[in-house]
Amino acid sequence: MKKFITFILAAAMVLSLAACGGSSSGSGSGSETEGATASSDFKVGVILVGDETEGYSAAHIDGIKEAQKELGLSDDQIIWKYKVPESQECYEAAVDLVGQGCSLIISNSYGHQTFMVQAAQEYPDVTFVSMTGDFAAISGCDNFKNAFDNIYEARYVSGVVAGLKLQELMNDGTLTQETQPDSFDADGNVKVGYVGAYNYAEVVSGYTAFYLGIKSVVPNSVMEVLYTNSWFDIDKEAAAAESLIANGCVIIGQHADSTGAPSATQKEKDNGRICYSVGYNIDMLETAPTAALTSPTNNWSVYYKYAIGAAMNGEDIDTDWSKGFADDAVGITELGPECAEGTQEKVDDVISQIKDGSLKVFDTSTFTVDGQPVTTAECDLSYMDYTQNPPEVIYQGDTVEAIVDGAFSESTFRSAPYFTLRIDGITEDAEPVQ
Amino acid sequence: MSKTQAKEPFMRIAKRDQASFGKKFTVRAVAIVLALVVDAIFIFSVTGLNPLKVYGVMFQGSFGNSVRFSWMLRDLVTLLCISVALAPAFKMRFWNIGAEGQVLIGGLATALVMVEFGNSLPTPLLFLVMVVSSIVAGGIWGFLPAFFKANWNTNETLFTLMMNYVATSLVASATDIMRGTASSLGKLNMSTQAGWMPMFLGQRYNVNILVVLILTILMYLYLKFSKQGYELSVVGESENTARYAGINVKRVTIRTMIISGAICGLAGFLIVSGKDQTIATTSAGGQGFTAIIVAWLAKFNTFYMALISFLLVFLSRGAAEIASTYDLNDFSSSIIEGIILFFILGSEFFINYRVIFRGSESKEVAQ
Repeated sequence: MKKFITFILAAAMVLSLAACGGSSSGSGSGSETEGATASSDFKVGVILVGDETEGYSAAHIDGIKEAQKELGLSDDQIIWKYKVPESQECYEAAVDLVGQGCSLIISNSYGHQTFMVQAAQEYPDVTFVSMTGDFAAISGCDNFKNAFDNIYEARYVSGVVAGLKLQELMNDGTLTQETQPDSFDADGNVKVGYVGAYNYAEVVSGYTAFYLGIKSVVPNSVMEVLYTNSWFDIDKEAAAAESLIANGCVIIGQHADSTGAPSATQKEKDNGRICYSVGYNIDMLETAPTAALTSPTNNWSVYYKYAIGAAMNGEDIDTDWSKGFADDAVGITELGPECAEGTQEKVDDVISQIKDGSLKVFDTSTFTVDGQPVTTAECDLSYMDYTQNPPEVIYQGDTVEAIVDGAFSESTFRSAPYFTLRIDGITEDAEPVQ
Repeated sequence: MSKTQAKEPFMRIAKRDQASFGKKFTVRAVAIVLALVVDAIFIFSVTGLNPLKVYGVMFQGSFGNSVRFSWMLRDLVTLLCISVALAPAFKMRFWNIGAEGQVLIGGLATALVMVEFGNSLPTPLLFLVMVVSSIVAGGIWGFLPAFFKANWNTNETLFTLMMNYVATSLVASATDIMRGTASSLGKLNMSTQAGWMPMFLGQRYNVNILVVLILTILMYLYLKFSKQGYELSVVGESENTARYAGINVKRVTIRTMIISGAICGLAGFLIVSGKDQTIATTSAGGQGFTAIIVAWLAKFNTFYMALISFLLVFLSRGAAEIASTYDLNDFSSSIIEGIILFFILGSEFFINYRVIFRGSESKEVAQ
């Protein structure tokens, strides 16, 4: 009996191998997607790196649900794949969604893109969008798209909010060389801190915008950036905030996804330190009721309404899409109770200036690099393979002059940020927080 | 005679003699049916959905279309390969909890070779170096705990477990270095595809399926018919008996663990070259631990392992499909999976032991 069963099993395995070989070439899915333009069979597949419990993905879920409501899609027309890591599983999720009849497939994490483009090459009739990705335009794949938003604009405005608070603290004598001496450097500049995830262009672009926002109000300020080497690590982000506050930083900005930094800042503030937090993605007032000033946020629904709407109507989606305040694609959350007086008016004013183009966030007259004003900044938009030394080009992109009309032109040559200048006044810590 | 002796417990548990095949089959079938019933109650009470419909969806996870079926097979052979690797170690009663790390380090060796020599070596040589280095790396990860166990009787459970963390950290730092200024590593050798398993019958991972099929048969033969297979089972039953019979226990221990680690390393190669074309700390995906359950449930018979691997992969794919279709989160699929596993593991208890109630016992005595 035992031998019989083992024989059956072996036979089954051999047969299944043959079956698999014959049928697994990825066929059988293409036909289902044809004619998907009729809005009732139109389906969107969504690949998320997290789920609703994680702020970054939650913001995307909210954006897609809002677009769904606006465009009148039923729940069956959106298929969700949660917690898809940046690995082969992403490719599989994408192919699986094609098999389920999706004609638009969206992934929300940067590292998904190499797997998305693989699926895009195999299914040219389906549109693939890799949010925050950076090589759609140079991949040679027409049905592969990227999108981002001008979050640097919102970070600039949140910097203005922080700057106004600093100014108020110093003007009313709360924060002086006497009350909190470690918050000033040798030249009398007030210290600001920033909890960054990684030292990529996306983060550099963000913290520079934040700093320039502060500097537009408080010119004599310096900023220290401490990396966590993680997008989401509540303990490390808290530790980074604590360490920055211990170094004297009065404002703690962040480009990391958890509530670690605001809650640590609130704790220090309750212990009598003068310190405030500027969050990211979500309103931090619940975490830090008095320490939170505001948070820059992405309004992903603006893009999702556009992209899903266009796909529904059978129109082509922009290869690179990035919009800012002018299209309400970014914003800042409700101001905290301790924000300086007149902040709202100033914020509205700055936003309207950004909208009409009279204020440029990376205006070269507002910063210097190595003591010199910046007149030229060449950016190579190629997608590189860094495992090789020297790095090899995977997709060749143009090298562009990013300084246009006296300002660094961010997110215009492609949607993903490419600002990597290290400007004066900001120091990055060499070691990430432990 | 004391009075207490007359007071027999209401229920007691006794070891069964070898249960008949029919009995084993019945117990297991009942366990699965019970698991499905409990799951049905859970599904209905939480979601209000028709459980039968949900089970239909679960079936779709592996058999929904040809692509899913082939992925199911690929995942099956990955798990099976690691289980096959664990079989000799566990049969020797050497608790190798380190498969996860052995797989990872084999995968890392493969990835490093792909990156370093992808452009310089001709393809056949490149694959040879990849395979050899993955086997050597996994073998070293198996050798170290065995060497210490054999010479100084260190605790192999802790040792192999710790080696997992070492491997994970090595992979983490290597990927961190390799990704350069990009935020994630992505696929290795994207432009050249050097070191990617060649297409076979339309898919890269079909090579994996073939390799594991062969490995499964070879391991079955090794354990059942080879002298070494016999030696390791004697060592497993009783070291003293083995010594008395003139078996060099030290040698057998180390040799068996090198084989176990080496096959795990090979599994790492199959994952990196045939499945993912990249390396990450999650490349082994916890399967090094799941494989322990597989190896045990199958009683080290590699063909049963195929069956149990199938069951586990079917479950996890099905549970993920349920979560995706009904917009539930990960946890609900884990609960569904967990309930079924709980009953299957529980059924082993009833196969090995029997429960005797007060009444029935006295009858037996009377007889």
